[in-house]
Amino acid sequence: MSTFRFLVNGSPAEVEAPGMRRLLDVLREDLGLTGTKEGCGEGECGACSVLLDGQVVDACLVPVCQVEGRIVRTVEGLALAARQRGELDSLQEAFLEHGAAQCGICTPGMLMAARAYLDAGGGPDEADIREAIAGNLCRCTGYTKIVDAIAAVAGPEGA
Amino acid sequence: MPTRTLTPPTETVERALIVDPGQRVPGRARAYPLRREGPAKLTGAAKYTDDLVFPGAWYGATIRSTEAHARLLAIEPDPDADWSKVVIVTAADIPGHNVVASIKDDQPILVPVGGEIQHHAEPVALLAAPDRETLRQLKGRIRLVTEQLPAVFDPEVSAHVFAQYEIKDGDLEAGFGEAELVLEGSYRVGHQEQLYIENQAIIAVPAEGGGIEIHGSMQCPYYVHNALKRALQMDNVQARVIQEETGGGFGGKEEYPSMVALHASLLALKCRRPVRMIYDRHEDISATTKRHPAVIRHRTGVKRDGTIVAQDIQIVMDGGAYCTLTPVVLSRGALHAGGPYRCPNVRIRARATRTNTPPNGAFRGFGAPQVEFAVETHLNRIAEALELSPAEIRRCNAYDEGDRTPTGQVLRDSVAAHEALEQAVAASHFERFRAMTAAEAKARRGSGTIPEEPYRTGASRTARGIGLALGWHGAGFTGAGEVHLASVASVELTADGRIRVLTAQTEMGQGTKTIFPQLIARELGVPVDWVEYPSQDTAEVPNSGPTVASRTAMVVGGLCIKAARRLKAEVEGRNGGLPFHEVFRDDAASHGATRIDERFEPFPGEPFDEERYRGDAYPAFGWAAAVATVQVDLDTGEVSVQDVIAVDEVGTVIHPILCEGQVEGGTLQAVGYATIEEMKVEDGRYVNDRLATYLIPTALDAPHIRSILVEAPYPHVPHGAKGVGELPMDVGAPAVVAAIHDATGTWITELPATPERILAALAASSPEAAA
Repeated sequence: MSTFRFLVNGSPAEVEAPGMRRLLDVLREDLGLTGTKEGCGEGECGACSVLLDGQVVDACLVPVCQVEGRIVRTVEGLALAARQRGELDSLQEAFLEHGAAQCGICTPGMLMAARAYLDAGGGPDEADIREAIAGNLCRCTGYTKIVDAIAAVAGPEGA
Repeated sequence: MPTRTLTPPTETVERALIVDPGQRVPGRARAYPLRREGPAKLTGAAKYTDDLVFPGAWYGATIRSTEAHARLLAIEPDPDADWSKVVIVTAADIPGHNVVASIKDDQPILVPVGGEIQHHAEPVALLAAPDRETLRQLKGRIRLVTEQLPAVFDPEVSAHVFAQYEIKDGDLEAGFGEAELVLEGSYRVGHQEQLYIENQAIIAVPAEGGGIEIHGSMQCPYYVHNALKRALQMDNVQARVIQEETGGGFGGKEEYPSMVALHASLLALKCRRPVRMIYDRHEDISATTKRHPAVIRHRTGVKRDGTIVAQDIQIVMDGGAYCTLTPVVLSRGALHAGGPYRCPNVRIRARATRTNTPPNGAFRGFGAPQVEFAVETHLNRIAEALELSPAEIRRCNAYDEGDRTPTGQVLRDSVAAHEALEQAVAASHFERFRAMTAAEAKARRGSGTIPEEPYRTGASRTARGIGLALGWHGAGFTGAGEVHLASVASVELTADGRIRVLTAQTEMGQGTKTIFPQLIARELGVPVDWVEYPSQDTAEVPNSGPTVASRTAMVVGGLCIKAARRLKAEVEGRNGGLPFHEVFRDDAASHGATRIDERFEPFPGEPFDEERYRGDAYPAFGWAAAVATVQVDLDTGEVSVQDVIAVDEVGTVIHPILCEGQVEGGTLQAVGYATIEEMKVEDGRYVNDRLATYLIPTALDAPHIRSILVEAPYPHVPHGAKGVGELPMDVGAPAVVAAIHDATGTWITELPATPERILAALAASSPEAAA
């Protein structure tokens, strides 16, 4: 067991854990942030996507020892980060309006992949958006409405 | 038949099938309620089963067979391991019947010692431990002593028949006698995994009075409830089942959660604490149900103008090791096998048999996608033989109002095969695109710039093609199913003035929690936010039947509307005819609660005779057409599905965005079924039982999907809706396969159309192979 310190959604976190404990389990079980989901446990589905220093990672493949001193963002921090007074940030709002979330299990990871894309200056180009979310599987939507929602936020009239 | 198209085709010229994906329709979402549980899902606040915390809960695991067929001689925990801190459950611990309640009650909860293991990954024993590490270590130290038995893997040779049906109409011999062309064909489809992104998950919590409380991911709380009562000898109250937020189902959480809940309950009752039974992906894929593989043979007689005069169809489905829902899947398969086409002389013979493979079960479409792939591909081959356009041969044969199906059902209401077809043909500029691909194929053929590559020129490594399919899907349960179910749904005005819709219909992403309040609010004339939809808890809601068969919106939605109308009339009657929305709060305060229970009453029509397979198999059908365009790499055989126009006639569209969501999602599952989703089976075991090896389409694999919704309301439900969930799944695969043929000139008759199969077909059809 070691102590690891890092920032989660802007707040300092300190956990006692074996260094190889998955970031996914640290978030869900040690920190109670169950918004991040597990779909396959082997880096295929992207349901556990979080941002590590702004980069999309699969939290099931990241041992907590690699997170020491770094910045983690999860779905719980999205609206927070946007400093919105409302419950949802512009991306979440677009997902809701476009019908981009159905069963919702891929949604947190999908939102984080989209957030990283937008934060990196991604635009409304469809091919770029599809590339950015290619690591996140969705079995409900056919992706059409997810792409639409991200494009709406990235587009000229988006936030 | 008055029909209405909700999204009229847009005119584009060169890239006929492309719609602008970034296109935003301002204000459109606001005309309909937003997804009710959407904000919770989007902020991570929504609680799925594995997100729930039960202090002191143990972790459960299933010990499974590693053989396809064997006698279980003993279960031997390693004597050198410490078993004092864990709990083991075997069949001997089951207080009631050792069966997972289903159609035939042939599937044990756990294989008893002395009993037969019937498939790989069959549950044999259960283990619970206080932590995952102990569980993992000890799970590997339980040895199963077995004696191997001969296994059967081929459904066509298996003598153990789960179900068989024969549908006959007209005079088959006379039909073939007047035919000017007879074409035979054989088609195969393999397993398909539902691949909901949330794995199977159940937590069982011991309750007072020897009862059990189940929290879990499921489609049908009352199926689980029934299974618990049978196996654990509990009454309606002792067994309580609560559906938690469910991360996708697609049929995969119709019957299998009963098994998981029984396992978790047995462990929880023995260790007297909550037990978490959360599958990982590997266990989920290797053990749970799949779409039935099938072999379908067609012999069809047609006139030179394309008129179908005789259809002889044989279906063999692989049920896997236990019956599960196979008889009903096969029934739907048999009833849809002829496609949406009139034919006076028909014979459809269907049987499902047992093999020593994991049981197959419900998956979106429920037997129809298999048979509709076969009939559509076969019809496209007939069109090719007659040099007719695929659209023309369908115009010639598609059902009209007043036509009779092979069971003698006269199609009276809501018949829209032609509308679906014409919308798809027009929106895709089908004939023009086909002329283009034909010209491209002609230019390619024999240009021969590369030796031994007859279809390729130096300049074009890829070929594009377009394909069309038409389909139908019976609305609601098959035959007398709805009558047997006798569903009850309720609308309640509580004493404190709240309006509640009470049903067992679950939300798994398709929109139940949004459309039910929407429908009831409209009836009662109140804002949608005033209508509550309490959770699917067997202690709280009536049994309105399972959330399957695209029946929720049509059947249960109809019951809720009728209940709301009665509630409105009753409250308004008590209050001098003043409108409900003005008086309901005062009425509740003075009169107390009013609850209206609405019970299902049979739809009009000829009752279905389950013995003879005659009569109205469904109250109505939904109609769908799909046009797909593909690009095929002629060197590698790789298929890229570029665009799909999906036209679905659903009766009435309740919520366009949610409805489109069903069409788009179902279409992509069909594209996956057609192209990449393949379950390899060796000695009865799924070989690619991980998400790294069983592939589903990513955003990059997915085509542009454009949905066009058509409405031909069904008059015998108050809102006219027929359901949408399964319809798009039926037509996507044959459209893609037709497009592959248009691109390459070869027919793929076995799904999925993998690069290996396409290259093999190309090699077999090349001039060298012919010579």
